[in-house]
Amino acid sequence: MTSASTGAAPSTWRARFAGGAALRLESLIVLAVLCAAMAMLSNAFLSVSNILNILLSTSVFGVLAIGMTFVISSAGIDLSVGSILALSGVAGAMLTSNLDLPWWVGVLGCLAMGAFTGALNGFLITKGAIPPFIVTLGMLGVARGFALVLSNGISIYGLPPEIVWLGQGRPFGVPTPVIVLLLAALVAHVLLAHTRFGVYAQVIGDNEGAARAMGVRVERTKVLLYTLSGLLSGLAGLLFAARINSGEPTAGLSYELTAITATILGGTNLFGGRGSVVGTLIGALIMGVLQNGLNLMAVRPFYQQIAIGAVLIFAVWLDRINSREGWRR
Amino acid sequence: MSLLELKDVRKTFGAIEALRGVTFSVEAGSAVALVGDNGAGKSTLMKTITGVHRPDAGEIRFDGVSIVGKDPGRIREAGIEMIYQDLALARMRNVASNIFLGRELTRSVLGVRLVDTNRMRNEAEAMVARLGARIPSVSQMTGHLSGGQQQSVAIARALTFNPKLVIMDEPTAALAVREVEHVLDLIRTLKRDGISVILISHRLTDVFSVSDRIVVLRQGEVIADDATCDTSMNAVVAHIVGAHSEPAS
Repeated sequence: MTSASTGAAPSTWRARFAGGAALRLESLIVLAVLCAAMAMLSNAFLSVSNILNILLSTSVFGVLAIGMTFVISSAGIDLSVGSILALSGVAGAMLTSNLDLPWWVGVLGCLAMGAFTGALNGFLITKGAIPPFIVTLGMLGVARGFALVLSNGISIYGLPPEIVWLGQGRPFGVPTPVIVLLLAALVAHVLLAHTRFGVYAQVIGDNEGAARAMGVRVERTKVLLYTLSGLLSGLAGLLFAARINSGEPTAGLSYELTAITATILGGTNLFGGRGSVVGTLIGALIMGVLQNGLNLMAVRPFYQQIAIGAVLIFAVWLDRINSREGWRR
Repeated sequence: MSLLELKDVRKTFGAIEALRGVTFSVEAGSAVALVGDNGAGKSTLMKTITGVHRPDAGEIRFDGVSIVGKDPGRIREAGIEMIYQDLALARMRNVASNIFLGRELTRSVLGVRLVDTNRMRNEAEAMVARLGARIPSVSQMTGHLSGGQQQSVAIARALTFNPKLVIMDEPTAALAVREVEHVLDLIRTLKRDGISVILISHRLTDVFSVSDRIVVLRQGEVIADDATCDTSMNAVVAHIVGAHSEPAS
């Protein structure tokens, strides 16, 4: 990010890396510096159990941030991810706990609720021609409200052991949510960087008119993008509920803030056109390390909220400088 | 039978009648110039042909088949390419990716269709070389190229997939003199290869030097459609500004 802030003309290596790899490198440097600082400030930071802790706490909003990466790449935004997380968790918990259905019905119900709500976002944005900011802001309220209505505002305890394992299990010593996050990231990376769908998501963010003129089915792609973000919010809701063994209507409050911040820190252009799942993983780890470090230093959670918000504004400011450097429009 | 036939094509946007029954045709291997004042409906008409807009009424036939209601991807597949005035480029992507935009080459890996970046780069390189375009590398980000180079990318994209008809919207408006000559030569080459061209241009000298027919559009209607050799610069200008619609006193 330092090379960008000098405002120098893009050198050839920079042009060749076309922003993406260079930005990821910058995110990695930020992560390394942050880790070094935390290690100096706290002895506990570098222990294996603490590192696993960081990964575990990163996994839920990391999954949200992966979906956010697709949406922001297309110059959209999804503010409803935290609420969809809660609604999905409640739906899954009700299926298994209240209706006594098998665990896999709960899992599928969670994912389906997320995907359905996301698809609804997508339809309102494309068919209704309402800006994504407004649709997903409204859905932030609607989905949270439904989560509260369905659960009567109270947590739904007691999930099947198979689901609890998804949140608390440790195959080979690695927490299951971390494995789920890495698998989701792998699939998402291939999808974003190496398939037509991923390329089109980024082209829509770059120049929507060009995408349409060249025969990209813009509306269909957008519906799929928001459905994917909803599906991943459902997955995050599943992980969250499994970890605390309950469907919680107030789960994931202000997680959209963390997810958006992680995405921007990872080098995805806030104004669309360019996104990276690998970068988002790094960005999510930065957020995880930051929260963990503040916890270790016994900083009150209120200040953490301030820190996350400030990091988002700072990251967007850097992104702004980066895009100013570049292309002729 | 003409390659492209438009019959009574109409399009309104709210209260504005952009196209009020446009009829004309383009023969195979010929260049038709479409001229008219700003707001005459030229760009709307072209976007209606390429499927970006859907006409309210009328018939558009290409190669004898109706293309009304087909989406832009299908119409490109049928053989109509357009070079847009704003070039329609994804400026954060590289040249190869833009040339193949909407038609990415794919390969199957474990049953999943992945974009074949290497093959696209190689074929884009060959295309750029064939056109003699001066683009440093097809791996270069398109937004970092000069205006003329960006135009070369848009042209390369239009010609890569063996089109039968190429529509050019103000291709010379933003170019230096030498580059203009290059574009006009390109149009002549296309005609020689049997590819039809619709040229939208304000520069009547360009129009007269390459076109076979000149269609004048005014307020959404065709008010003149003459062979280039049968008309004159003065007559065309008079049609554009509407001096012919009032009978001479």
